[in-house]
Amino acid sequence: MEQILGNISLLFEFPVVNIKIILDGIMIGALFALAAYGLALVWGVMNVKNLAQGDFVIAGGYLAWWLANQGMPALLGVPVAFIIMWGIGWVVYKLVISRVIERDLFTSLLATFGLAIMIAQILNLLFGSDTQSIQLQYDTLYFLGGFVDIPIAKLIGVLLAAVLAAGVIIFMKTSRMGQAIRATAQDARAARVLGINTEKVYAFTFSLNSAICGAAGAIIVMVWVIQPFYGITYSIRAFVIVTAAGLGNLPGVIAAGLGIGTAELYGAHIFGIGYQQAVAVVLLLMVLLYRLIQQRRVRQSLQ
Amino acid sequence: MNKRNLILYIAILTATVIAPFLFPDFRTQLATLWLMIIVALTWDMTGGQMGYNSLGNIFFYGTGMYVAAVIAIGLVYDVGAYTDAAGGQIFIFTEAQYFSGLFLGVIGAGLFCSVTAVVIGYLTFGLRGPYFAIGTLGVAIAAGELVSNWDWVGGGQGIALPVYPGDFDIGKLLFYYLFAGVGVVLFIFLKWLYSTRFGEAINAIRDDEEKAEAMGLHTLRYKLTTWAMAAFFVGMVGAISAFQLIHFEPLETAYQTINLGIFMVVCVLLGGKGTLWGPVVGAILFHVFKEVTWNYLLGWQWVALGALIVVTVVYFQDGIMGWLMHRRPEWFGIRVEEKDTAGA
Repeated sequence: MEQILGNISLLFEFPVVNIKIILDGIMIGALFALAAYGLALVWGVMNVKNLAQGDFVIAGGYLAWWLANQGMPALLGVPVAFIIMWGIGWVVYKLVISRVIERDLFTSLLATFGLAIMIAQILNLLFGSDTQSIQLQYDTLYFLGGFVDIPIAKLIGVLLAAVLAAGVIIFMKTSRMGQAIRATAQDARAARVLGINTEKVYAFTFSLNSAICGAAGAIIVMVWVIQPFYGITYSIRAFVIVTAAGLGNLPGVIAAGLGIGTAELYGAHIFGIGYQQAVAVVLLLMVLLYRLIQQRRVRQSLQ
Repeated sequence: MNKRNLILYIAILTATVIAPFLFPDFRTQLATLWLMIIVALTWDMTGGQMGYNSLGNIFFYGTGMYVAAVIAIGLVYDVGAYTDAAGGQIFIFTEAQYFSGLFLGVIGAGLFCSVTAVVIGYLTFGLRGPYFAIGTLGVAIAAGELVSNWDWVGGGQGIALPVYPGDFDIGKLLFYYLFAGVGVVLFIFLKWLYSTRFGEAINAIRDDEEKAEAMGLHTLRYKLTTWAMAAFFVGMVGAISAFQLIHFEPLETAYQTINLGIFMVVCVLLGGKGTLWGPVVGAILFHVFKEVTWNYLLGWQWVALGALIVVTVVYFQDGIMGWLMHRRPEWFGIRVEEKDTAGA
């Protein structure tokens, strides 16, 4: 208890610590937001809750790591992971996801849970259970008398994430396919009546989600570490963010992503690093409870 | 109950009693099989019969373990000092202390889990469909994370219980019969429960909760009661597991969300949810599959298991009992009108 109070008072004594936590939180949160955006897309368009989201991220990370070890420039790993994970996502869609779309919601949750176990284990068998990362040879910038350090690698990572997000948003707003995806999300039956091939839209959306996750993973492997079993932590955070922000609410997803990254690091600072995961999960429960109370006022249930 | 069924039940009961003597090398395996059957049956109470797919029933398993450990140790020593000692100090449990700890621990774990189920259920039963699954999964994960940071019960290193004081083989037999006893009691209890008005009520909640409420059922009360009953049995088997395993730790053994927590769901789906025999059949098949892959596909066993989950969920969701019910409705006393089959 004293330690917790001491940690809190530290935040007030040295405001510069806050700046460091917030900056780190935003950098982590940007990548969470990317995975969460993919989840919101799939959830909103085809009503599939993908629990394998985090494992797609980790799979993309391992792809980029493996290619970098073969001598490919590290930054090139991001587009390559995007393309390869697109293909993998398409295969997964054809084999599994296309058969659970029309079923009840728990089915997709369980099926993707099984997928998550499989992906994590296959990665474990292929690459071993050690943590891996790509070391980029860039400097670290120091601000405010050396208290705040920003490695240029992380800055590049956040920048890439922002570019990717912007690209997806522009694509969704302007292209024909983006329009079709949004139309299907609004009303799949009406879209079918109007001549949109929803089956194609579903396949495209799921592949796009998988590709976004893969690119996010390729960024993560450059700025943090990955390990075959880290997937579930990204899945949980993606669920927290989407549940908090709601579907089809892009600014909300980004804000919630950055907020959760920051809240988690504050939790880790105050309660100790062992609680970082617990903070994310407790946040999920709090969000669910809040939504529940909100709904209870009008006697509805979260469906 | 007709004569054929009676003979069947007596045969199964006899097989249960003599199984550990027929296969003396597999006593622990058979005990685990009963554990799987029990958790599958309890999951089906809410998941199959009531339509609330919980992914967090493992929470009661882990909590049962810890409650039993705290009771058994707390009866004799100070728990904080016990977990703190780490081998430096020797703690001795007499036979009487061990058995009183076992008895009170198992009962206490069941009761404690029932109470927690009511509290958690009160907060989460407003959630429907996937949100309920995610919410309960969150409860289980959060509990594991928090307990692994709680030094009073041993933190991430877990906690060690006293070893069975008598002969080792007799101990294995005792745990087998404890699991089997709970399983048989649970099965008879459920067979009775599903035939009462209570069973009809929870089926009504599954089929259409709004209508059930409109018909005057106090749905929340039924939901809480059902979950509390499920939690009672899961907590008890958690406590028995704790004594059987002797040492356990929070994330991989007690709150093993992705192992037992998901296995129980797969067992039920494999066997057929919403039936009495489905979870039993599913648990037996799943356990056999798991042991075979663990023995012959070592390294790939998890991949095989994940594939089994995906295939079961995607292609075979009605399960074995559902498939049988479809093919041989007369076995279940369902009369199919001639006209309907001709038309279909």
